[in-house]
Amino acid sequence: MSRQKITVDGNQAVASVAFKLNEVIAIYPITPSSPIGEWADQWGAEGKPNIWGTTPLVVEMQSEGGAAGAVHGALQAGALTTTFTASQGLLLMIPNMYKIAGELTSTVFHVAARSIAAQALSIFGDHSDVMATRATGFALMSSNSVQEAMDMALISQAATLKSRVPFIHFFDGFRTSHEVAKVEQLTEEDMRAMIDDEMVREHRMRGLSPDRPVLRGTAQNPDVFFQARETVNPFYNDAPAIVQDAMDKFAEIVGRKYELFQYEGPKDAERVIIMMGSGAETAHETLNALNKDGEKVGLLKVRLYRPFSVEHFINALPKSVNAIAVLDRTKEPGSTGEPMYVDVVTALNEAISSGNSPFSKMPKIIGGRYGLSSKEFTPAMVKAVFDELSKEQSKNHFTIGINDDVTHTSLTYDADYVIEDVEAVRAVFYGLGSDGTVGANKNSIKIIGEDTDNFAQGHFVYDSKKAGAVTVSHLRFGPNPIRSTYEIQKANFLACHQFNFLERVDMFKLADEGATFLLNSPYGPDEVWDELPKTVQQTIIDKKLKFYVVDGYTVAEKAGMGRRVNTVLQACFFGISGVLPKDEAIAAIKNAIKKTYGKRGEEIVKRNYEAVDMALEYLHEVEVPDSATSDFDVIPPVPADSPEFVKDVLGTIIGRRGDSLPVSAMPVDGTYPTGTTQYEKRNIALDIPVWEADICAECGKCVMVCPHAVIRQKVVDEVLLKGAPSTFKSKDVKTWKNFKGKKYLLQVSPEDCTGCRLCVEVCPAKDKSQVGRKAINMAPQLPLREQESENWEFFLGLPEVDRAELDVSRVKDSQFLLPMFEFSGACAGCGETPYLKLITQLFGDRMVVANATGCSSIYGGNLPTTPWSKNADGRGPAWSNSLFEDNAEFGLGMRLSMDKQEEYSIELVRELAEEIGTELAEQILSVDQTTDVGIQAQRKNVEELKEKLSGSSDSRAIDLLSLADVLVKRSMWIIGGDGWAYDIGYGGLDHVMASGRNVNILVMDTEVYSNTGGQSSKATPRAASAKFAAKGKDSPKKDLALMAMSYGNVYVAKIAMGANDTQTLNAILEAEAYDGPSLIIAYSQCIAHGIDMQKGLTQQKLIVESGGWPLLRYNPENAEQGKNPLKLDSKDPKVKFEEFAYNENRYKVLLQSYPDRAEDLMEKAIEDNDKRWNFYKQMAAMHYDDGSEEA
Amino acid sequence: MKKLETNYLGLKLKNPLVVSASPFSEKVEAVVELEKAGVSALVMHSLFEEQITHESLSLDHHLEYGTDSFAEALSYFPDSGRYTLSTDSYLEKLRDLKKAVDIPIIASLNGSSSGKWIEFAEKIEAMGADALELNLYYLPTDPEQTSMTLENTYLELVQNICRAVEIPVAAKLSPFFSSLPNFSKNLADAGVQGLVLFNRFYQPDLDLDELEVVPKLNLSNNQEMLLPLRWVSILYGRVDLDFALTSGVQSGLDVLKAMMAGANVTMVASELLRKGYGRATEILESINMWMEENDYESIQQMQGSMSMQSVSDPSAFERANYMKVLSSFTDLP
Repeated sequence: MSRQKITVDGNQAVASVAFKLNEVIAIYPITPSSPIGEWADQWGAEGKPNIWGTTPLVVEMQSEGGAAGAVHGALQAGALTTTFTASQGLLLMIPNMYKIAGELTSTVFHVAARSIAAQALSIFGDHSDVMATRATGFALMSSNSVQEAMDMALISQAATLKSRVPFIHFFDGFRTSHEVAKVEQLTEEDMRAMIDDEMVREHRMRGLSPDRPVLRGTAQNPDVFFQARETVNPFYNDAPAIVQDAMDKFAEIVGRKYELFQYEGPKDAERVIIMMGSGAETAHETLNALNKDGEKVGLLKVRLYRPFSVEHFINALPKSVNAIAVLDRTKEPGSTGEPMYVDVVTALNEAISSGNSPFSKMPKIIGGRYGLSSKEFTPAMVKAVFDELSKEQSKNHFTIGINDDVTHTSLTYDADYVIEDVEAVRAVFYGLGSDGTVGANKNSIKIIGEDTDNFAQGHFVYDSKKAGAVTVSHLRFGPNPIRSTYEIQKANFLACHQFNFLERVDMFKLADEGATFLLNSPYGPDEVWDELPKTVQQTIIDKKLKFYVVDGYTVAEKAGMGRRVNTVLQACFFGISGVLPKDEAIAAIKNAIKKTYGKRGEEIVKRNYEAVDMALEYLHEVEVPDSATSDFDVIPPVPADSPEFVKDVLGTIIGRRGDSLPVSAMPVDGTYPTGTTQYEKRNIALDIPVWEADICAECGKCVMVCPHAVIRQKVVDEVLLKGAPSTFKSKDVKTWKNFKGKKYLLQVSPEDCTGCRLCVEVCPAKDKSQVGRKAINMAPQLPLREQESENWEFFLGLPEVDRAELDVSRVKDSQFLLPMFEFSGACAGCGETPYLKLITQLFGDRMVVANATGCSSIYGGNLPTTPWSKNADGRGPAWSNSLFEDNAEFGLGMRLSMDKQEEYSIELVRELAEEIGTELAEQILSVDQTTDVGIQAQRKNVEELKEKLSGSSDSRAIDLLSLADVLVKRSMWIIGGDGWAYDIGYGGLDHVMASGRNVNILVMDTEVYSNTGGQSSKATPRAASAKFAAKGKDSPKKDLALMAMSYGNVYVAKIAMGANDTQTLNAILEAEAYDGPSLIIAYSQCIAHGIDMQKGLTQQKLIVESGGWPLLRYNPENAEQGKNPLKLDSKDPKVKFEEFAYNENRYKVLLQSYPDRAEDLMEKAIEDNDKRWNFYKQMAAMHYDDGSEEA
Repeated sequence: MKKLETNYLGLKLKNPLVVSASPFSEKVEAVVELEKAGVSALVMHSLFEEQITHESLSLDHHLEYGTDSFAEALSYFPDSGRYTLSTDSYLEKLRDLKKAVDIPIIASLNGSSSGKWIEFAEKIEAMGADALELNLYYLPTDPEQTSMTLENTYLELVQNICRAVEIPVAAKLSPFFSSLPNFSKNLADAGVQGLVLFNRFYQPDLDLDELEVVPKLNLSNNQEMLLPLRWVSILYGRVDLDFALTSGVQSGLDVLKAMMAGANVTMVASELLRKGYGRATEILESINMWMEENDYESIQQMQGSMSMQSVSDPSAFERANYMKVLSSFTDLP
């Protein structure tokens, strides 16, 4: 049978099978498995059928724990059920997995294997998660490639139905889940042939039914639990053979042959590597190369890791083997070895001791770790492992791929050992996320995969920054099958899609000698050479690169594509590479454009076509001179005068050379300095704000809304401006009486700005002679960069305004306070970060933060640099992230610790009063810290206390010295997004609110899971479209504020800075001042809303004015005074909700996709808002004492 | 009952009261009610060229924005690949209206460039539209652009569309042409069968509190009718075209004036938006009553009876009339 060749990624390959073979699918987003659920949800919304002709029911749960529970229940009721997850998500499923396995229930969980957070979180791939489930009783089935992921998804399903043992089918996160590869698509017929309907019916009949009632899930006592636990043994004994049968049947039907332990290599191999996952493909490729060179090395690919069949394992190994290296992609600290190593040692020992071994003596076995968190695993590393096996004394418990200069576990390897297929095109593209490079390359690899006979592979490397993200695309294609599961090491085609990368991204290390280099350049073939940094010129000469330029910017502009240069560069790639004849290539690109964009209307297709048609006219080969002539060069990743750690470690990471850092360079416990984004000058804004002092009204709004803290204001004495750079601007203070006679300054950091324009949007001051000119306007960054950088440095050197002179409850005053959250990696125009920044301005120097996993933990805590910073005294927010699900509890724990330490300190102050001095002790114990003045006074007290106690040998005094800082009131902030607060962490959040403890909870509500790409949460409003709610959410948004108010002792506020900045400020001040739990829910615009991000604040205003987001403050202290605790801060709705909603793609797109449903949902959404508004209005109008309405 | 029948663009209409391009056509139920109230035809709401362009770019922008940048969020929206764009929903609406009512439905396109309209006009025809109204609207702001260039662009568009479809085509114009009779003649030569006089615009207003320009559109009043009334009177009989008078028609008397000036139909929307569907019945009844009282047999009898060609003092429609009005003020005691 001929099967269609398709070019898809691993996630889609798995989804295409899992969707067809199940009836119920319970999902929850987690990287890198989220797209599997997204496919399932989308196909479910479109009504696509499974192989039995019915559409699976897809349901999103509140957490992976919830998904596992739902899966367990659905299985118990007899439906074929699956779920998709990774990492922490899989860990949350473990309790149910024991139950599901204990009850011998057929199911397959598909897992995009990912690291588990330890010293840090990592979204990338290894087997830590899967290995943590070894004891659950689930079978563990590994896939090594996209094709295998599709195949094993089917084989696992067939095997679970027959064996009754549940399966995890796993494949490497990102390397396989996101690799785009040409594969053969399994057909429905293949699936029907593999799945025995009788088994499905048996599974169904085991489901609970009142028509044949049984009880399952008893509690058992010591008398029988043990025996009952042993009943499953036959099923596990039989499972390996059943899996092999399924593999054999699959081979008959499809033709691809798999074995439980698949040996590759000569029959007389002496040295063998045992491993599983995508790295095995690299090992396979390498051993082929080594054996060609006369070596005798082999590879055992482990496919069914659990149940581990010793018999199959032993039979698969060649008898000639005398040395084995077991490679584990996980780490088990403190163990006798990583899991698979221990299994292999045990299996061989068992075989030998039972007399079933084919070996005369026990082979040498060493174990090693590789590839944690998607660390590259290359042929050079494979070779190093084989070489190690040849040594008389081979290193055991080694690591490969890093330089462990601390415990010296690492093997050295020859990085120059490269075995790239010379017949393949190996193309690497450096682009910006926003220029569409990756999308075009995905299309290119599809074209090559589906329109030619070539094998094709696309692997994409993304950025940890959300704004100005650099992407790297690795495309391989050629006549030979591709097993290279590592990034391209020697590219014969290199493209740089952004000219300014040349000065900061070292891309040429990947270029092979004689490679082609394509540069998107505003300079033509005759001018470009002089614009290249000297190192780049020299590399082009040394590597004898064929050099082409195309002015993609002009072509894109002419075609109406703005900065999206993707199709221009794509056309040039095809034009130069010659993979297809020119006309065919152009036709194929256009066809791909039509497929990708056609449904979005003719205009976008037309513009893309125009770009393609023009591209080759603008493509020119550059004649490369003989010598490097530039007098400028690439710029270092961080300034030369940066702190040592920043320069040596963080700078290396910024410079994309993090792989070279040895173990000794890394902090041992995941602790990093704060305030490091200031060294990473990313220069990503094309335009930056420019201040017009003569128009400015000194309102501070631009400073307040800036998501990246790049606009600052100060007031200084004029004398301090002596020596200011010539372009430094200032104005006479006009609106502060206490600052009369001084100079007001507003300054922008040009190199840290993202160009989002929120400042311009919010600026209320307009030029009376030309209203289009505001007090702040955008202008191109490049001509201003140097001048404004100098101004910024001068500005930073000027003194901060004394807090005692400010009324921080006024927006304009509050904006003099130093932000201690700056230059984050958040999206341009982010709606969350202005709130965080404001909180750090108010409380940063005494603030502790518990941060839920999500956007804020990524832009706040993803290496290399952190935006959380400190003041001149070295004080600033102390920050930590635990997990996604436990952040409220995590923060409460911090509060409890601080409360206990404070209590103990107070006890010690009392006990040591005489030594301290009774007056000082009394001051320490009685100071009122509800005001800034009191806090400053206590700081002085504590300093004095430390002085007094220093040198004391009294152990109580020494204790007090170590604790004294906590006597200054600390501000505990528990922050996260709606996914955490409304869904996965709600149980904990609820408990923490009920605790009565003094914590401040900030929920930055984007109404969607932003960090994982816009999945629906319980904060998503009705009628909005989101992933996992592709047909629009059909239930109202959860009213978290109302739920919190029900406790009566929780301070609750709903805020939206763009609608009312003063209310935002006051709510934050009140919440912090409230001696108990406070919950602030802050409306935060997001890319996932589908808005013009510069209009984020306008949208905030509109949603408030439409009644969709009532501004409110609920202060329990008012109730104590007999007043209504609830105050509505917004007015009766005066804007139609649709007027707000249909500015946003999340609502509008539903109108385009499912118009009737959209209209129906919108009506209901309006009702939701009306009801909620009326309810709040009545609540706010009630007498708090007797509940009757006020007159 | 008097004979209210009239012909417009070759369509036989039961009376001269046609609903002009307005939000009514967005709801099938509304059109059913209007038919019951007696209107003889309906012009659908306009599909704007800019709207189609913007919609395509905007949908693409929002589906693409922020994608393929950050490893955890390679996209932000479910991309169903099924989008009912304005063009699709317009055709669907046309189909639904044709199914729901018997009165002729005239589709309406608003734009100035040829390209994309031709294919779409063909689809409109295929979907069963009885006629097509082209709303020719482009606001020139470039001092280098001449009126001739602009008029030629319009004529090219009209010609291309008239060649592409067999259904009758009318052109809806603004009053701002240097020589409206000449341009009307050229339109007729290009294949247009009727003129709709005149288009009303969103007019920008200035908000002095916010110092911003704000768009504004008020419902029409019958003072606005005088301008199209004059031009219908002037053009009637001079160019071989049908005329629809639109803007400010509020009563039966207004309709009668339009007919006498030479219009084939009047178009009304503001009055119905203000007073409801039943107002159409009242207008038709009042026409009937006036004709009864004044002994007119049919609409056709009066059509063009007070056009410039037919009145005793044609100068009343010309510049002399302007001078007369001015001097009449001067003469006041």
